[in-house]
Parts: sequence; C-alpha cells; structure tokens
Amino acid sequence: MTTVETTNVGVHKHKTLTSRTWRKRNLTADKVSFFLVFLILPVACYLTFVVSPFLQAAYYSLTNWSGFSPKMKFIALDNYRRLFNDDIFLTSMKNSIIFAAILPLVTMIVALVFASFITVGGPSHGNIKGLRFSSFYRVVSFFPYVIPAIVIGIIWSQIYDPSSGLLNGVLTAIGFENFRAFAWLGSIYTARLAVMFVVVWGLIGFYMVLFIAAIKGVPGEIYEAARIDGAGRFRTIVSITLPLIRENVQTSMIYMGILAIDLYVYMAALEGGGGPANTTLVMSQQLFTTAFTRGQFGYACAMGVLLAAITLVYAGLVFAINRLTGGKNEVGE
Amino acid sequence: MSLNTQDRTAQDSDVAAPEMREEKVTGGDRAVGAVSHGVLILWSLLVIVPMLWVILSSFKTTTEIFASPFKLPEKLQFVNYVNAWTTAGIGSFFFNTVIVVACALFLTMAFGSMAAYVLARFDFPGSRLLYYMMLAGLTFPVFLAIVPLFFVLKGIGLLNTLPGLIITYASFAFPFTVFFLYAFFRSLSKSIAEAAAIDGAGEWRTFFSVMLPMAKPGLATVAILNFVGLWNQFLLPIALNTNVDNYVLTQGMAAFASQAGYSVDYGALFAAAVITVIPVLIVYLIFQRQLQGSVSQGTNK
Repeated sequence: MTTVETTNVGVHKHKTLTSRTWRKRNLTADKVSFFLVFLILPVACYLTFVVSPFLQAAYYSLTNWSGFSPKMKFIALDNYRRLFNDDIFLTSMKNSIIFAAILPLVTMIVALVFASFITVGGPSHGNIKGLRFSSFYRVVSFFPYVIPAIVIGIIWSQIYDPSSGLLNGVLTAIGFENFRAFAWLGSIYTARLAVMFVVVWGLIGFYMVLFIAAIKGVPGEIYEAARIDGAGRFRTIVSITLPLIRENVQTSMIYMGILAIDLYVYMAALEGGGGPANTTLVMSQQLFTTAFTRGQFGYACAMGVLLAAITLVYAGLVFAINRLTGGKNEVGE
Repeated sequence: MSLNTQDRTAQDSDVAAPEMREEKVTGGDRAVGAVSHGVLILWSLLVIVPMLWVILSSFKTTTEIFASPFKLPEKLQFVNYVNAWTTAGIGSFFFNTVIVVACALFLTMAFGSMAAYVLARFDFPGSRLLYYMMLAGLTFPVFLAIVPLFFVLKGIGLLNTLPGLIITYASFAFPFTVFFLYAFFRSLSKSIAEAAAIDGAGEWRTFFSVMLPMAKPGLATVAILNFVGLWNQFLLPIALNTNVDNYVLTQGMAAFASQAGYSVDYGALFAAAVITVIPVLIVYLIFQRQLQGSVSQGTNK
C-alpha cells in the first residue's frame, strides 16, 4: 500500500527532512503545531498503550515476575521450557490451532458462496444480477455481527441448554427423542462443533458483506464473458470471483484467523471451564487465568508471546499460500 | 479493504447494467434459484428464530422458561426488564458503556483521521516505521499486551477507571482507523490540497475545511465499524476494569450470566440480552446502507 522512499529515522526529527515535499516549505508555527497535534500526540498515545505493552510482554516473558511484588528474576527461556512441558497448556495450544485451521476456511467458503448468490447468482440470462430479495438476506445475515460476542455466547448457551434450550426443543418436536436432554456443550463429540457453529453464525454476515462489496467492484462484463464462454455458476466462483477478489479473501482470512486463535469471548460465555475434557480450552483462556487468577505474570506473558507467534505464523502461511497460488499478478486491485 | 473501492450507490442486485436482453427463464435456472433461495432462507431463519426466541423468553418467568422452550408466557413479564435494568445493574452498565464508547470513538476518530491524513499526504523519515507499527497493532493479539497494559494503567493511576478504559479503547481502535482512512486520504487527489495551499490555507485549515469534509463517507464507515467494535469490546474491560461500579455492558452481561447459575433469574437474563442488542440493532438499521455505502462518493464530486 505505501511507497515511502525514506529511511527509518525517529519520528520527531522532522527538521532534518530530505524528502521533496518538505524542502520547498519552511517550518512555520502552523506546520509545527499541526505535526505536534496531528502526529506526535496520537502516536505517543499509541506507543504508550499499544506498542510498549507488546514490547514489555516480550521482556516479562523472560522473567518469573508475579506482578505485585517488585521482585523479578531474569530466568531467560525457563518459562518457555515450562510451557512445553505443561500438558494443559499444550492441549489449549492444540485446540487453538484446530480452531484456526477450520474456522477461517469454513467461514470464507460459506461467505463467498452466499455473496455470489447475492451478487451474481441470478438467472443465467439477461443482466448479470443477484437473487431477488438479496438485500433482505444481506441485512439479516449481517445482523449477528453487531451483537456483542459475549451476548451471542450467552444466547447460544441458552439455545444449547440440554433441557430448556431451543435446539433440543426443536429436535424433540420433530421427532428426535434422543436429544431430549442432550448436552451439546457437554459432550466431547459435539462441544467443539457447537462452539464453532456459534462463531461462524456470528461472523458470516460480516465477511459476506465484504465479499459482496468486492464482487461489485468487478466489472459486470467479466461475468458476461465467462457466461458466454459457458462457465457454470460453480466454475464462475472458482475461476472468476475468487482470483479477482483474492486480496479481500486474504485480508479476511487473516482477520478471521486472528479471531479464531483468540476466541476468548466465545469461550467465556459457552465453555468457561475449558469444555468437556478440555476439548475447547484455548490458549487465551489459559493466559487469562494464569495472569489474573494465579498471578504468574511472567509465565502468562510467555503464553502471550507464543500466541502472537502462532498468529504471525498463521498470517505468514496465508500470505505464502496466496503467493504460491498465483497472487500478485492481479487483474483487480 | 474493499469497502472503499467502487461506487456502490447502485442497487443491491445488479453488478452492472449492459444491454437489456429478455430471455426465458430456463428450468435449470429455476432449480438453482430455488436452491440458493432455500439456503439463504434457511440461514436467515437461523438468525431470526433465535432472536425471536430470546425476545419471547425475556417475557417469561423462570419456571415457564424451564417448562418449555416454545410455550407463550401466561402473562408478559415486563418485570424481567425492570429486574435486569435495576437489580442486575444493566442500567448503570449501559450508561457506563455509552460514556466510554462515545468518548473513545471521538478520540480514536480524531486521532486516527489526523494521523492517517499526515501519513497519507506527507513523506517524512519514519513514516514507513510508523506504518509497520500500525500493522503490528492490527496483527498482534491484544492478549499479548494485556498483562503489561494492566500495569501501565496501574502505574498512571487509571486502572479500574472509565478514563483509563476510554484511552485504551481509543488506542486499540487507532491502527484500524488509521489503516482504513490512510487508504481513503491516499485516494483524495493531491491537487486539491495544493489548491488549498495556493489559496493561502494553512495545514490546519486545509485539513478541517477541505480534507475532512471530503472524507466524510470514509469517516462514517470507520466510525460505524469502530462503534460496533468498541461497544462489543470484552477483553479490555474484564482485565482492566474490575470495579463493579464501572462495569460496561459486555462484562456486566458476563457477570450476570455466570451469577444467574445460582440465583436463576433467566427471564431477566434474556431481558438483559434484549436490552444489550437493541441499541446496536437501531444503529445498525439506520446505518446499514452506509456501512456498504459509497465511500468514494466524496471524491467524485
């Protein structure tokens, strides 16, 4: 996105500027105050509350700090060694990775299919257009995105309730007697699935809207041409839509992946204790308890670093896959 | 992001309108159409039915809720809403949330638009570094920062206070705001700013009288997305704001839900859920067009 051809000097040194725009003009009071308020102030805030905590976390992860006493011993990589011998943490890491592998993929596929229905899924003759009532579908599907995730979780934990929940109520009403008191969130076979469904339910609409916007950016003639060449609907999604909105899909995969590696909110509402046999315990839950219940801040920071590392590896993978499958030589933006 | 790439004033259902050709609808079309409609209707039901069920349950007594998930309430229990609002404290959480979200939204929009403008319009040493720092802020999980952040706030005496929460909210929404608006300000043509400078407008004036009004569509989109994000924020308050008097809605709901297991006022819990959803629903219905609305509109005038 940016192409700034300058070197990384401090932000504050704008008196020694070399770039074109600057040489021409002198530093007036207007300009100095402008930069002070417009750049230095916001960036200072950002550095204090976002960047510095990230860096501090990396340092604390190398200590045995318990937070409330000033005593802190530098223990190098001991925390990390401990992490890889901590069975519960390893379970939580495995679960997080499973969620990160499945959730973004499923969400993207469904969102893309829905978006295609809505934008170009109409009749195969006449103008390229979507289905009728498409704005209704769009508005309804997007709605869960605006509900706070914690409330989504609370609502679904009630829906999944074994005896008084909506789901078992519906299932028994249509004849599946076995589900009269089935604990969706309490069975090791269904807990993960049930949780994942809730996450997808909440987010599909958002990505759908994103993809709709992206697809609308594609000139209609391209779809016309594909149709004349005899491409079916499925073929059109795979060969036309997907390559043309590749960058949007990549961004969405990364956003969704970050969310899937976190999942704390959903778990707090649905599976506070880690789920049956810890099948839904995720890293963020472990981190939170380790820090704020047990007070092992150094150890918790090490978990945070690992969490960040997994996020970065994930993002790297998405970029790599996009590159390998032919990204970059784009037609679209 | 893509929301700002194309003009989207057009109707939802057409991508473009080349020449009109009327032809018969084929059988295959009908089948595909039916299946697509079927799938989308099913999904819509999956969204709507749980919502209706929540509303229905919010008018029932706890006994009725346990008796059957479908049965209509004997009489509408408006008292659930009263209980949720006062006894469970949702009312005060609601006001806290409004204050925190309003202030944080204002701060992040102000700072975000200013920084994005500077980054997009001027090349200066360190701008690339800044850009990467924003990217890091977007990519790194908040969880990594949460422990040190707790002590940063403690150190400056803002832990467990609303101002502390406001400034953290604003800071964490900052990189997204900058990113989005950066692309937007980039797309505004440079010649406009130059024209303003020739007309004698200083940097301040150029920004507030020329650039900001032009960026309105972009600002609206980011503001809506930020509003939703901030309203739904959960991790920051539960870690940094543990004083019950300062609770925001999301953490209040979580506390209520986990405590409901003992006192079992499920009717009030459902009512609280409805109360939480209503404001965002209203904002959503008013602005949903805008959310996908034409962001580039402003530049084409």
